Amino acid sequence: METAEEVQKAVFDSREAAAMVEELRGSYRSGKTRSYEWRVSQLKKLEKITEFHEQEIVEALRSDLSKPETESFVQEIGMLKSACKLAIKNLKSWMKPATAKTSMTTFPSSAEIVSEPLGVVLVISAWNYPFLLSLDPVVGAIAAGNAVVLKPSELAPATSSLLAKLLGEYMDSSSVRVVEGAVAETSALLEQKWDKICYTGNGRVGRIVMASAAKHLTPVLLELGGKCPVVVDFGINLQVASRRIIAGKWGCNNGQACVSPDHIITTKEFASKLVDALKSELDNFYGKNPLQSKDLSRIVNSNHYDRLTKLLDEDKVSGKVIHGGERDKSNLRIAPTILLDVPQDSLIMQEEIFGPLLPIITVDKIEDSFELITSGTKPLAAYLFTNNQKLKDYFVRNVSAGGLLINDTTLHLTVPTLPFGGVGESGMGAYHGKFSFEAFSHKKAVVYRGFFGDAAVRYPPYTKGKLTILKALVGGSLLGIIRALFGWSKA
Amino acid sequence: MKGLCIELLHNSRLVGIGSTEAFSYRFQRKNHQAFFSFPKVIVSSASFSQRCLPTVSPVVTEVEEKKTFDSESAGLLVKELRKSFNSGRTKSYEWRMLQLSNIARMLDEKEEDIVEALYKDLSKPELETFISEISTAKSSCKEALEGLKQWMIPQKVKTSFATFPSSAEIVSEPLGVVLVISTWNFPFLLSIDPVIGAISAGNAVVLKPSEIAPATSSLLAQLVEEYLDSSAVKVVEGAVPETTALLEQKWDKILYTGSARVGRIVMAAAAKHLTPVILELGGKSPAIVDSYVDLQVAVRRIIAGKWALNNGQACIGVDYIITTKDFAPKLIDALKEGLEQFFGKDPMNSKDISRIVSLTQFARLVKLLEEDRVSDKIVLGGQTDEKQLKIAPTILLDIPEDTQIMNEEIFGPLMPIVTVEKIEGSFDVIKSRPKPLAVYVFTSDEQLKKSFVENISSGGMLINDTVLHVAVAGLPFGGVGESGMGSYHGKFSFDGFSHKKSVMYRSLSGDSSLRYPPYTPEKQKLFKAALSVSIHCSSTKVHVLIPCLSFLLVKAFGLL
Repeated sequence: METAEEVQKAVFDSREAAAMVEELRGSYRSGKTRSYEWRVSQLKKLEKITEFHEQEIVEALRSDLSKPETESFVQEIGMLKSACKLAIKNLKSWMKPATAKTSMTTFPSSAEIVSEPLGVVLVISAWNYPFLLSLDPVVGAIAAGNAVVLKPSELAPATSSLLAKLLGEYMDSSSVRVVEGAVAETSALLEQKWDKICYTGNGRVGRIVMASAAKHLTPVLLELGGKCPVVVDFGINLQVASRRIIAGKWGCNNGQACVSPDHIITTKEFASKLVDALKSELDNFYGKNPLQSKDLSRIVNSNHYDRLTKLLDEDKVSGKVIHGGERDKSNLRIAPTILLDVPQDSLIMQEEIFGPLLPIITVDKIEDSFELITSGTKPLAAYLFTNNQKLKDYFVRNVSAGGLLINDTTLHLTVPTLPFGGVGESGMGAYHGKFSFEAFSHKKAVVYRGFFGDAAVRYPPYTKGKLTILKALVGGSLLGIIRALFGWSKA
Repeated sequence: MKGLCIELLHNSRLVGIGSTEAFSYRFQRKNHQAFFSFPKVIVSSASFSQRCLPTVSPVVTEVEEKKTFDSESAGLLVKELRKSFNSGRTKSYEWRMLQLSNIARMLDEKEEDIVEALYKDLSKPELETFISEISTAKSSCKEALEGLKQWMIPQKVKTSFATFPSSAEIVSEPLGVVLVISTWNFPFLLSIDPVIGAISAGNAVVLKPSEIAPATSSLLAQLVEEYLDSSAVKVVEGAVPETTALLEQKWDKILYTGSARVGRIVMAAAAKHLTPVILELGGKSPAIVDSYVDLQVAVRRIIAGKWALNNGQACIGVDYIITTKDFAPKLIDALKEGLEQFFGKDPMNSKDISRIVSLTQFARLVKLLEEDRVSDKIVLGGQTDEKQLKIAPTILLDIPEDTQIMNEEIFGPLMPIVTVEKIEGSFDVIKSRPKPLAVYVFTSDEQLKKSFVENISSGGMLINDTVLHVAVAGLPFGGVGESGMGSYHGKFSFDGFSHKKSVMYRSLSGDSSLRYPPYTPEKQKLFKAALSVSIHCSSTKVHVLIPCLSFLLVKAFGLL
């Protein structure tokens, strides 16, 4: 006999997914998710989840990733809490139609841009920040008045099932659902018609998501990754710079973050100083035996562990390790590892590392780093450490990436006034703060006219006189307009 | 991609409005000049089998060309443009302004040529061409010229306590090399308007005009070559094979105007390269007419948005009318009267009305009209003239919902009127269909207006008029659901072809060890306290106060 759970898992196929979407579409059509009250009440419930279940969330993240409590609190729970509060506080003003100027052509009239929900949306989340990256888009979807289905990542099973439990308990289940599962469930979901899909993950699956979305003309928000470079100029406060690099790399889920520094580019001359500073700060942070540090996440699973050790064990790479390299397969741990001058054609320089390995690439002049970055695909983030204003300006003008941060790492995504999203291979669309609301809204253009002041000039039969009047009007000269106005009243 | 091409060919039924609906209209184009910098990719002129009825694949015969524009040529083209883009030339304000002012000059100098091309392609009346194509393009160009400097300025944004001290801005940067696939109904405007957006955002751009409007297509090829920087702005003429070759390439954005069916193909092709798309599609845009209206004005505006708009061949044209049973007779009388005033007793010979674009489209429309339960519902018009590709303005009353004409975008001079008991019944009629590009509501009832704006989803909505909302530059033009995704016009065009790059600046001073490991219980406590205060406070004063306070606290704990 199968257990109830097995039975349930077996039936989440395309038909089941379709039935669920139909049900959600029913509640969406009823109009209840559109109201300000519904949206706020749901957002408040999400906020309550972060308040009342902090410990459970921390535990789930520890179970999935050995994520240190401080990291869980600051980077997942705290971020979500701020997102909820910000949305609750600003929702009224976000929902207000924005008035737009109208032109001469449509005079007299008034115009506005009305934000309306898209309908029923799907959020497919990732395993590295399994709590935040699941609920942060949901905040946007709800704020915009949509019904929403969340598919958390099966690679973070504890968080996935906690999300299913908590959302089932707190949220309006007629409009907010969690579907747990892996490829089969995701495929069943992707077959359905959604009004928007937000996917966080990699470029390969991103392409699959977008191709399925194309069948239903569903717009997508793709949050992908890429090789985020850190350019380190000489003559800077090395201690602060290396601390901030470490915080963004190993202090962000042990490098398993889409905005984590992937590699460093610095000058040949400066590299050894930088390496020394990194080593000494790593010691300060994680002690002499980082494999035992409680302040580092583990590698998520053995697949990723194998992938990372393969990168490290490649022939032309293994000799380049200058710090770390220790590993512990049974505990899925790899120590913070620095590599110097790995060849560009090695695997580690070709794919997103997404783990605790940090290659340092050296160039003759710091300006050469820009060429290196722009010759690759566009990353989600690029970081520059420098005191040189010209270099900053050049970097901002010429380096294309989802976001740029000067003299720090990863912090730009805690700023809700900045859109968070990639470009090119690092994704499309953006969210956070008001951008989340906008990402899940349709901006409906609305124009109001009255019946008075109707001008015959725009209607057939088209006489030469009408054409002259219109041309004068479009020409925009004062005389032309005066003439046109005369013509207008006569016509 | 060959698969895509084959799919396109096999699906070349008579439905839809896309640029790939071309196969059946015979035309020939001469390669009167090389508009590419490398002559071997001069686009073929093609001649398609004329009698292409549903499911019959057209036979493509190559006439007088040297080499077809295949995937390889397309690859070379993109490579060349990418080189220009990477040189950074297109990014400069000066380059953008120069191109835009060249477009403005072109619009002034070549007005007659444009009018002529549109007359050839669609018998489009001069005044219509002037209003809906040339002057709209002019104002779009003017707006970009005037707004560009402002648009390009990075937008400063506030930063939060968590990142104190810092500053941040959103920088608009070009995406790279973009593709614009245009359509035949407003073949000039819908080609040049997105190009204006792409250029103002600093991109290199390839335009593929519609082969179904061949005169305009070749004029565009000629004009772009003559007026614009040909190392960064190109035109590729052609039909399905050329479009397919183009779609195989990696673009940084694709803007497609046309049908939902081809829109899906474009998006699927884009997915392979993670290319974002703007899809400007169509749909059945309804006009709802309440009894509480100025009927004469309403009717004139409906006619203007149907027959006086490329004879209904417009994505935002009125597709059908919904009104009450009681009001329908009055409305029909007024429409009849208005039509006669505008186009005379014999509209088939009116010069003020466009013809049907092609035989394919003509046959499609006649088929809609001749369906069993439709043909006897004609209350006005119905005359057709295959030789001249003309169909008279036609009104139909109370057609069953399950007929073809009520289930596909009409895109022509046929206007069904759907009647409901009460005007509120129109909500269900609209909601039961995919979201249209536009909804027009004629009423003086404020409550009804409000109810429409709040409950009916569509690309845009216009109360008491038709079509004019697209002339408001402060409004985004774009669809939702089946009517498309993404938007453009005015600054939205600039935004549509830009990436909004988040940029944040910090200094290396004032570093607090609070955020770094080892994570001690004290640090955790402090963090929670600081975070909860910062979340609760947002006034600027607190912004300064809190970091100072926590800095002191941190100091006190001796953590620095």
